[in-house]
This record gives sequence, C-alpha cells and structure tokens, in this order.
Amino acid sequence: MSGFISTTPAEQQAMLARIGVATLDDLFRDLPAKHYRPTLDLPPGLSEMEAWQSLRALSETNLDLDRHPSFLGAGAYRHYAPAAIGHLVSRAEFLTSYTPYQPEVSQGTLQAIYEWQSIVCALTGMDVSNASVYDAGTGVGEAARMACALTRRHRVLVLDTVNPSYRDVLATYTSGPGIEVVTVPAWRREGDGTLSRVTDFTPWIDGSVACLIVQQPNFLGWMEQVDGLAAALATTGGILVVVADPVSLAVLRSPGEYGAGIVTAEGKWTGGPVDFGGPLVGMFACRRDYVRQMPGRIVGATVDGDGRPGYVLTLATREQHIRREKATSNICTAEALIALATTIYLCQLGPQGLREVAGQSIAKARYLATEIGRLPGYAVLPTAPWLYEVPIRCPRPAADVNRALLAEGIVGGFDLGQYSPDLADALLLCCTEVTSRADIDRLVRVLRTL
Amino acid sequence: MTTTDRPAETGHSPARGTSIFSGRQAAVPTVFDRSVPGRRAGSLPALDVPAVDLDDIIPLAERRRDLPLPELSELDVVRHFTRLSKRNYSIESEFYPLGSCTMKYNPKIDETIAALSGFRNLHPLQPESTIQGALHVIHHIQAQLAEITGLPGVSTQPVAGAHGELTGILMARAAHLKAGRARRKVLIPDSAHGTNPATAAMAGYEAITIGHDRTTGELDFDDFRAKLDDDCAAIMITLPNTLGLFERRIEEICRLAHEVGCLVYCDGANLNALVGNLRPGDVGVDLLHVNLHKTFAVPHGGGGPGGGAICVAASLEPFLPAPVVTRHPDGTYAFDADRPDTIGRVHGFHGNFNAVLRSYAYILQLGSDGLAELGANAVLNANYLKALLADDFQCYVDRICMHEFVLDGRPFREHGVRTLDIAKRLIDHGYHPPTIYFPLIVPEAIMIEPTETESKQTLDEFAAAMIEVAREARETPEIVRAAPHLTPVGRLDEVRAARQPDLRWQPRQAAGQAH
Repeated sequence: MSGFISTTPAEQQAMLARIGVATLDDLFRDLPAKHYRPTLDLPPGLSEMEAWQSLRALSETNLDLDRHPSFLGAGAYRHYAPAAIGHLVSRAEFLTSYTPYQPEVSQGTLQAIYEWQSIVCALTGMDVSNASVYDAGTGVGEAARMACALTRRHRVLVLDTVNPSYRDVLATYTSGPGIEVVTVPAWRREGDGTLSRVTDFTPWIDGSVACLIVQQPNFLGWMEQVDGLAAALATTGGILVVVADPVSLAVLRSPGEYGAGIVTAEGKWTGGPVDFGGPLVGMFACRRDYVRQMPGRIVGATVDGDGRPGYVLTLATREQHIRREKATSNICTAEALIALATTIYLCQLGPQGLREVAGQSIAKARYLATEIGRLPGYAVLPTAPWLYEVPIRCPRPAADVNRALLAEGIVGGFDLGQYSPDLADALLLCCTEVTSRADIDRLVRVLRTL
Repeated sequence: MTTTDRPAETGHSPARGTSIFSGRQAAVPTVFDRSVPGRRAGSLPALDVPAVDLDDIIPLAERRRDLPLPELSELDVVRHFTRLSKRNYSIESEFYPLGSCTMKYNPKIDETIAALSGFRNLHPLQPESTIQGALHVIHHIQAQLAEITGLPGVSTQPVAGAHGELTGILMARAAHLKAGRARRKVLIPDSAHGTNPATAAMAGYEAITIGHDRTTGELDFDDFRAKLDDDCAAIMITLPNTLGLFERRIEEICRLAHEVGCLVYCDGANLNALVGNLRPGDVGVDLLHVNLHKTFAVPHGGGGPGGGAICVAASLEPFLPAPVVTRHPDGTYAFDADRPDTIGRVHGFHGNFNAVLRSYAYILQLGSDGLAELGANAVLNANYLKALLADDFQCYVDRICMHEFVLDGRPFREHGVRTLDIAKRLIDHGYHPPTIYFPLIVPEAIMIEPTETESKQTLDEFAAAMIEVAREARETPEIVRAAPHLTPVGRLDEVRAARQPDLRWQPRQAAGQAH
C-alpha cells in the first residue's frame, strides 16, 4: 500500500476473492502479455514532506514578482486580489466538485456561473455569455470560427495590434477548416521615429469578410479607432469581434455600445495571481441572435416541479456530447473555478472599486511616462489615447535596457523587438494599482544611469 | 456488507446514506438582488502619484457611462458564496462514481505546493533566467509523462482533454500535409466521447463512425477494415474504451492503420486504467492526450481548470505546439520557439501551469512504485464494485472490466423506472450519481468508475445503496421516480430553460422582455 490507495493488502485479497480471481494479474488478461507491467524508469515515490521541501526549494529559484518590481504586462497583468477570493475558491464544495451535470446537487456552481454570465454581459454590454472558454487567445479562435459559421464565409480580418499570441492561436484554430486569416496593419513607424496609427479599416471590408477582430485597448496599449467599424461590417454582413479588457471596461464604453457582435476578454487578472500565465479564463459573450452558434456551456435559470427557482446547463444541442461532429466546438471542461474567482473579485470591488483600480493604474502609468519622458533619449510613442500600458522609445535596444534593469533586480517591460523589428528600440511598460511610486522612481533612477 | 444505525425508512427518506442535504430550501438571491447602491468591500491604498482627470485622457464619447456591477460588502460576498458552496456535492464530502470522469481524491499537499508564492507570482513573459524553477517543472513532467505513456514528445500547453485532442489531430494533419496531403477522414468508434467527432470536425475532417461488436463490446473489426483506407488521417480510439473494456486487438488495429499511413490517436480520458499496466506507445499508439485533472492531481473545480497534455511518437515531435521547454547542456532550461514544423500556439501563454505543477508534485510522490499501484487498484476497485452489483444489475457486456463498467438500466423499465430516476434516487442516499446515458450505444446506460483512491468500505456502502435503490424501484417505484427528495431543489424544468432562455440577471422591469 503506497501512494494514495485506501485499501490494505488484506482487503485487496478479500476483494479479489469476491471477484472470483486469485491475483491482480488475473484482471489484466486482456492486455498484450509482452507489454503488461512495464518497468517505469522513474525514481521511487517521495514522502509528503520530501515533496514539499523539494518543490518549495524549486519555487525559490524563481524571481517572485510579489517581492520585485515589474513593469511587464503585454497581456498578463498583476492586480491585487482580496484575500476572501482565495478562501472561497478553496472551499472543497467548489474546488472538488465536477461539472454540474446533475443540477440538484450542483446549484452552487450553477448559480455562480449564472452570476458570472450576468457580470460578463454587464461589463461587455452584450446580451449573452457562456460559462467560459480557456483563455482570451482561444476565445479569439472560437470567435473567428463562430463568425464564419454565422456568415457562412471563410475569411477573417485581424488587426496586427491584436496580441500576437492570440493571433498565433487564431492561426492554429483556423488552420483545419481552411479559414483564411488576413492581418491588417494598424500602425506604422514614421521616418522621425514616431508611431502613427491607422484609423480607417473600411477599405479592407467587403462581402467576403466574416469578421474583423480588434483589441481595445490594443496590444501596444492605445485605443483603436472603432467608430463606424460595426456599421461598415454590417453593410456587408460581417461581424465586429472585440478583444476587451475587464479593468479598462471600468472606464471605457462597452463593446456593445459600438456594435460588437462577439466579445472575448481575459478574465484571469481580476481575481488571482498571474500564475505564470495559466490557468486563465476567457470571457465569451455575444449578441442574443448568435447564441445558438456559441461554443461552450451555458447556464440558464428555470424552475423545479414546485415552481422553485433553480439553474441548469442549457442550450446543450450546440455541444459535443449531443451534436458530436455537428457541435459548435469540442470544448467541455473550461475554467469554472477561475471564472468563480473573477466573479467574486468583481462582486467585491463593485463598480466603484473597479473604477478605482483602473484610475490608479492609469495615474501610475502617466506618472511613469512623465518621469521617463524627462530622460534624454526616451519618448512616449503613441499619439492616440492610452490607458495603463505604453510603448516607450529607448536610446538603445530595448533588450539591453531590460538586461540592465534585471541586474538591479527590476523586471523591465516587454521588449517590443520580439513583436516587430521596427520596434526593437521600444519597451512596452505597464503599471497597475500594485505598482508603487517607489518602484517607478527606482526604475527611473536606473534608466538615468544607463 | 456494512449496515448503518439510521432510523427505519419513513416516507421519502432513504434507509442509509449520508446526504449533506436535508430537504428543499429557499432560493439564494443572486448577487444582483443583494446589491445596495453605494455599498462596497475593501479599499485601495491612497494614490501615491498625482491624480489624473480621465476627461483629459479618454474622449468623452468613449467613456463608460454605466457600470452595472453588484455593490456588496465583504461579508455579503463571503456569506453569499459560502451559501452557494453548500448547495454542491463534492469529492471531499461524497463518493463520486462518475464513469469516464475519474473523480479521485487529490492530496492536500498539492494544493499547498500550488499556492507557493514563487510559482504563483510569476509573469509568463519573465526572462528565462528568472523562471528556471517553473521551466524545471515543465521539463520534468514532460519526461514523466513520456515514460508513463511510452510517447517521447510532450507538450503541456493544451489545457483540457478536448483541447489536447484538437492539438493532436492538428498535429496529425500537419504531419500528413508535410508528407503530401492532409487526407480527409478520421475514423471514430460509435462508443467514443462526443469530443472526438467534434474535434475531427474542428480540425477540418469528416468523422466516419465505426460500429462496435455487441458481444465483446469492442470495435467492430470488420467495419474498421472496410472503412480504413489511405484517405484516413487518423483513427481516434479510446483505451480502454468507454464500456471500460480493453480493445484486445489494439496492436492489430495500429498495424493495419499504419500500413495505410493512418495515425492512431488515443483518447486518454481512460488512462487511469493503464498507468503502470501498459504504455499506449508500446502497442502502436502515435498520439495521446492526458487529462491531468483525471489521471493525476487537479481538482475539477466545477468544470475546470484542467490539463490536456499531448504526448506523441518521436516522428511527430516536430509538430508539437511551440514553444517547447528544452534543457541546455549546462543544465539551464529555455523555451524553444524556433520550430518550423510546429502547428503553432494553442494557448495564450504556457498552458495551465498551476495544474501542471499539481500533477508534477503528485507524480513525484507516487514514483515508480505508486504509479504501478495506481492503475492496478483502479481496476481492482471497479471489478469489486461490479461483482457486488452483479445480482441486482445487468452489465451491458459482462466480462472482467478495466477501471469502469457500464450497467444497462432497461430491466427497470417494467417498473416504470428509468436510469435517470435511479441516478436521482442515489442522491437521496448521499451519493453523486454515476455517469448516465453515456456511452450512447447503451440504452439506459449507468457508467460507474470508482477510482483507486476509494476504500473497500466506501464501495461496500455504495453498493448497498445501489441495491437498495434497485429494491425501491421494484417495490416503491413512485418514490424513485420523484427523487431526489432531499436536495435544495427538485428536478428542474430543462425544456423551459431551453425554450425560454434566461441566461443572465436583468433588473425586474426589464426581465420580461429579455428574450
């Protein structure tokens, strides 16, 4: 008896006798004998204490961003998560329950998902939401596939200011069914080193386009010009897909207000630590009339035989366990517990708290930009409005600047040279409410010495 | 068989069992119903930089006018979600014999390890020199999974079983394209999970169904041979299959598939039966996903997060999602993104790292000895439970099973009782129901998977409850048909939910016109 087995050898013998076989091996006669019970070239098991000590030591070899200043964003943002969240999502009834297929014993999870869907709709200004997708990246992939199914077209446009990782996932998700992805340039570097943004995307839109995907604010931190896009798409039957950001939505009008048909957003950062980028949780919402093409699980309110309110998984005829190859997606297990954490976060902060998080993040990023802007050779690049993340031109390659910062114990920004060779001298720097003035001042001090 | 000291059965109360519920309860109002304007929880530190006026930053037309989130105190929030939690069954309070779901107990130390600040507060784009511990975890679990499955190429980027399937079939597609053409078809047994055909369609393939042999419960071999040709990109097979039976001709299936260049994809949902007993790669499987949340240690969370690591044969390694974690000769770890044949990314960052970490800690604790016992005891527990139920329930295919078995609920029809009724009545006895109506090939299916972590007592008690429900179905079927009686709500009107969708909270005056 080792590992996490609950039966003793004596009990195992009694069980074998009840089955009517002599040995455990008798249960495996269907397996090819020459491959049965291979020797696994792995070390013997560790005790709990050894596992704890070894993994704690390993964790300490990482640079813990709770203890070091960091200005990295680029799609993953550190926000403070109130302590109640961790306690509530660790309750065994949430943590160790299965997908709520048996509604009578899953009302807790089902109601929490219904509340998540309601909050996602409130934030995005959309009519309906699902129970979650894996992350915003796969949300983009699912949105493109959904738009193609709705329009019966095979061509999607995506601005090059959408997070490059999301565009990679989009390319993967569309490769099988032969959907053509067209990347639309949304910025250019001018001769004098400044950045200018493209504001008119209508020339790209025609009757072959299933959707146009934009991110607001975009990967480079500034706000896209989205007015008129939905209308231009509507005249040719296309759909506006928006990648949103929950914190920015506290101060920006909702995608519903400017005509989005499908919205996805990364919900992870508002509810827990960055977790090395996973698990994440994708918000996924759309217009009412698109709901039957939506991927993933959906919870609906109903009543029991006595008229008592309750919740169930619904509109399941879209899903793989019923529709098999005709399903809207293969997704089933998604990110329920992370969605719960985000739901609790947004309930705790409420409209006022979320506005404060957005407001403080924006104020700190302004302070950072102002202070860095005073240093010779550094400049704030965008001319468009931006919120809490901004590309800054450096007097030397961004990679060199990051290396120098790391030597001082500071994790710098995202080296935009990895995004475009035209931006190899630019760092994408991010502040949130967890960034302190002292951190920013320290960053500026180090930059001054370079 | 154990007996309990409960009072004799009266009315709708079960004779035994330990349900956490004691009857119908009033609805819990939603967080929106609880909202009071101006109420709030917690606060931020005072702003330590100059304040800004958003009007100077965001054009007025693009500003948010209305943010209709609920307004609650911290106590409101804590009490609300604590109350909701009490409306759930969970593995830590009830036995969860859900077939195909492998609801095993996950050790608490893995939660403690997963909460370490040095793993949780890591940004996915931090410099590699600052995340060596995290990369060590990914690199080592790749090696562990390769050893357990016999498939050397591993990526932990997929975050769920279906996600792993999509990754694998896209890799098969990429391999065929590299060899000349993508091919058009994917063969899938009729007993397969619905994700298999859905995945094939998402990857641009036509799903071709293969029948099963009613006597053996295995793939219809003649049907397979008839449908296999060089236009098949892959066959997706579940091992053991969803009837809980091992496909005894698996090596022949793999050999025939390979003869026409067809790859063999194994749905790893049932890998729990094979761990330590058989490595799928050894019998000819080319690709397999591992549901880390089933076979290893990731609590299911009410529907995720999970992990869907993909494991592949050496010839398919170039097609793995990028980046992959590699080890330099100096012992340091790095992301290798320079992989020209990769299918690309399937996730925004590096997959569900926190789930990968839990599974790594679990495998470390099991080691070679614990892994060898895992699959053996999963199969022992299933066969023992099957034997206990043999006199009262009919097996769809009656032979030694693997980690799960499927009962046929049709005999109860003569009492006007269906499988759904039996499932709901088990709830009153304090058990989460087994998986029902799956696999689709079994009418009135009851699919039971006890997992290796359950004790003999739990299996004895559960079998007694099943037998009691069978007796109730014969003697007092009206009680079974009206079950569950002890839950906060009774059976819910699913037709109404689908026909009049109410998918979000709305202010009362607007609710009537919502849909």
